Amino acid sequence: MSPRETAPQADFFRGVWRENPVLIQMLGLCPALAVTNTVENSLWMGLATFFVLTGSSFIVSLIKKLIPGEVRIPTFILIIATFVTVADMSLEAIVPTVHKQLGAFVALIVVNCMILSRQEAFAAKRPLGRSLLDAFGTGLGFIVALVMMGAIREVLGNGTLMGFSLFGPNFEPWVIFILPPGGFLTLGFWLLLLNWFQKWRTERAKVRAWPEGVGAPPERKAA
Amino acid sequence: MENVVWIFVSAMVVNNFTLFYFLGLCPFMGVSARVSTALRMGAADIFVLVVTSVCTWILNTFVLAYAPYLRLISFIVVIASVVQIVEMVIKKVSPRLFRELGMFLPLITTNCAILYLAIFQTNRGYGFFEGLAFAVGAGAGLTLALVLMASIRQETEFSSIPAVARGAALVFIIAGALSLAFMGFAGLLSAT
Repeated sequence: MSPRETAPQADFFRGVWRENPVLIQMLGLCPALAVTNTVENSLWMGLATFFVLTGSSFIVSLIKKLIPGEVRIPTFILIIATFVTVADMSLEAIVPTVHKQLGAFVALIVVNCMILSRQEAFAAKRPLGRSLLDAFGTGLGFIVALVMMGAIREVLGNGTLMGFSLFGPNFEPWVIFILPPGGFLTLGFWLLLLNWFQKWRTERAKVRAWPEGVGAPPERKAA
Repeated sequence: MENVVWIFVSAMVVNNFTLFYFLGLCPFMGVSARVSTALRMGAADIFVLVVTSVCTWILNTFVLAYAPYLRLISFIVVIASVVQIVEMVIKKVSPRLFRELGMFLPLITTNCAILYLAIFQTNRGYGFFEGLAFAVGAGAGLTLALVLMASIRQETEFSSIPAVARGAALVFIIAGALSLAFMGFAGLLSAT
């Protein structure tokens, strides 16, 4: 199957928003929910994943001709696991406090389906430059989604943003938002909002295309 | 003995893998449309978890003591092979179950619950029986969450839900409510 031709900038921007790994494709949900109780944690988790994704896409794209088709998934996983080990040790050295809070979830980047899906769907088939662009875009999209989650949860659950107090001492934090149920609820409501926005945009496009009546013109329906 | 029971209950309800640690969310989203499929997926999960727990114990005791930096890589290799073996066994023993589980079986490899179990077991220094109790409890917890979710989703099929809330958004909000309910178990056993 020959891959569909796309423009280089499309490879980059697709992952950031229109095919955002977390919000649209529902991949890599475990870290997106588990470690996003503060913006700082989300950011470091996002950066670590970004690093692993870019590194593995680079290597996989580089040696894609050498990997036999039958064992490609184990090969990908081994490459990813190597980068995760590097990321795990680096985080421990750079930000020990964050590393402690993220806990085993750094190691769990190995089984982040988002990374594996990018190797399988993109890096193993495309040239090196494009694979890197795709990894940058998808990684950035992952960071964006994590920070979106982290911001809401930290502001509502703790009354702070990046550690700065926002509402003063009288604010009663909604502790539930930094606890597990808050993760599910925050993502649920982000998805609701995005769905609603999508619906509003399609409606508006319809009205623009046929201003005299909302929806498709009746003669097309009849045909 | 008390310790083993505590580990089992804790892994099953108090620190439920899906609802407390957010592990195994992909099957939670994908397989939770029907109760019968959810049950089968849960059974496969329990089996893989138990085998992984035993393998992890062997690795930790005899191999990784000498090469700790290989931990992550060897765990993932073991899990991938275990899933492969389980797949072959199920295919041989019950082709019907194999068809029904379909693509979800290979997906267990990237089910973070399995790897987390291996890491957790190592970090906490569980022995053989404690590891077994942890694996069975975690698997039972995953199954419980899956089945609860599937039963609720089956009910919502015939309710009038606003169009924007259909699909993933609804599942997450229901999961939030379930997770909230499970937090009530936190007082059941005081955490260490």
